[in-house]
Amino acid sequence: MNKIKRKTVEYGKYGYYFIIPFFLVFIVFQLYPLLYTFYTSLLQVQKVGRNSSEVVFCLGNFTDYVFKQGNEFWPAAGVTVVLWILNFVPQVALSLLLAAWFTDAHNKLKGQGAYKVIMYMPNIITAATIAVLFFSLFDVHGSITGILRNMGVVVGEDSILTHGPASFFIIAFIQFWMWYGNTMIVLIAGIMGISPSLYEAAMVDGASGTQQFWLITLPLLKPIIQFTLVTSAIGGLQMYDIPKLFNNGKPLVNVGNTTIESTRTIVMLIKQYVDAGSKQNYGRAAAYSVVLFAMTLVVSLVFYALTSEKKEKRA
Amino acid sequence: MAGITVNQTEDRKKTKFARPIRYTVSILLCLLSLFPFYVLFINSTLESNIIKQGIHLIPGSFWAANYEKLTNKTDVVSTVSVWEAMLNSLIITVPATILQIYFASLTAYALTVYRFKHRNLAWGFIYAIMMIPTQVSIVGLIKVCSVTNMYGTYWPLIIPAIAAPTTVYFMKQYMESSFSLEIVEAARIDGSNEFRTFNTIAIPLLKPAMATQAIFGFVASWNNLYTPSILLATEQDKRTMPMFVEALKANDKQRDFGEIYMGLFISVIPIMIAYFLLSKYIVSGVALGGVKE
Repeated sequence: MNKIKRKTVEYGKYGYYFIIPFFLVFIVFQLYPLLYTFYTSLLQVQKVGRNSSEVVFCLGNFTDYVFKQGNEFWPAAGVTVVLWILNFVPQVALSLLLAAWFTDAHNKLKGQGAYKVIMYMPNIITAATIAVLFFSLFDVHGSITGILRNMGVVVGEDSILTHGPASFFIIAFIQFWMWYGNTMIVLIAGIMGISPSLYEAAMVDGASGTQQFWLITLPLLKPIIQFTLVTSAIGGLQMYDIPKLFNNGKPLVNVGNTTIESTRTIVMLIKQYVDAGSKQNYGRAAAYSVVLFAMTLVVSLVFYALTSEKKEKRA
Repeated sequence: MAGITVNQTEDRKKTKFARPIRYTVSILLCLLSLFPFYVLFINSTLESNIIKQGIHLIPGSFWAANYEKLTNKTDVVSTVSVWEAMLNSLIITVPATILQIYFASLTAYALTVYRFKHRNLAWGFIYAIMMIPTQVSIVGLIKVCSVTNMYGTYWPLIIPAIAAPTTVYFMKQYMESSFSLEIVEAARIDGSNEFRTFNTIAIPLLKPAMATQAIFGFVASWNNLYTPSILLATEQDKRTMPMFVEALKANDKQRDFGEIYMGLFISVIPIMIAYFLLSKYIVSGVALGGVKE
């Protein structure tokens, strides 16, 4: 007994040794940068006199750039969230439908492996390439614009991307198109994990396929759908590559009585103030980062609350 | 009893109509996945003026000319050629992937094999930080890079791979289900030191999980645009593949579509080939993500 105990203690230190690299790198490249970003968000460059400025420790970046009326942050936040909803809702609906089809024991479809592989494919291709590809198709000289011009939808040296909501919907579609295959595979795995005896029992009780889906599959898939929802929401809040390379935040669109960049997301806004040039303002970029972090945190906490609630019920 | 027969005959009736609908929808969705890439391929073989007129389904003969234009140094769309960009991406992605799977395995191993005082704390911490996106700390990352003289180098794109919480999570799950601690005990009795046991005994056993995680780590690093485009902004000759694609588009002035599509085509090809070779592992790896809790 004594001997064993000493042994565990002796080996326990290796546990510490082996996690050192992870935590060291985490602290230097993730934790410190995060804290420094918080700190920077409280530093505002303010003009003193005509030609000089000083850095003041205050909440100015938040009051001036986030909470002031008519700022550009909330339109970008709105664009980000609506783009996410527009891609997520149809994505989950279609994924659920396909997952139900592909796991239907009475009606086995042939070639499922191929469908999965092909439907998932857009998810693995570089998002930057996909954005530029779609842009090139819909641009003034794009192949699809050529067709639209022949149909009379587009007139002269124009494209559907220069005004109106088309860019916005195309971006939502690209996201949907890139992600439904992923969600479908995840849901299929979830359905396969449901005990077959539940379905057998339901069949004995005379439940139809549709009833089985609504009364067994869907309730038992709930944790997985929640998980997909959260990871997708967190990823969606950081949306950058597609809107940036598709139309770079354009076109300008009137919403109410303000004009906004109709496809500019929060992360695009952050990058704009991080990039070198006359607009560079680290304090402002940091303030936007902090609000984005808070939004992400709220989404995660809601998720944790939902899952822990379930654990209590189970216990 | 009557209910059973009614419901289940209805099912059988429905099945008759359902099958063709399900096949049609599935096949249409597959075509939708493939079509943009098919157009991409076709357009890379056509002349710019023909591309502008509409969608074509038959390849043309401008393949070589477009490639020539894309790689011709005097008319280059970016300061790096497509192949240099690919090489740059490989220089970052290969070491990053190796570090990521090695250290994630080491961390997961530590949390599974050893019972130390703060084990649960460390694990809970790694679990919690999985949800933190890297995009929100970019201002601080720039600071770290400028203080350490790493701004404009590949290092800040490679080293952070050592701390990949999601990979640790998956490796730990794999170890819990299919790694026997008795092997570690046996190695101890044979006199192997702990680090060697990990390298020579644990790693070979973890290979299947490491391979899956390596694919996803590689793809994530290869496709990353945001961080490199900020940290390498001043280094035009260090541009990665996604940055090259961005530059292809930014080159508005002499927009030669044949050239752009050729660039996009070359950027897609390696990933696509790798995907179809490894698709079995990738699809099962994606499925693993869902069975998470």
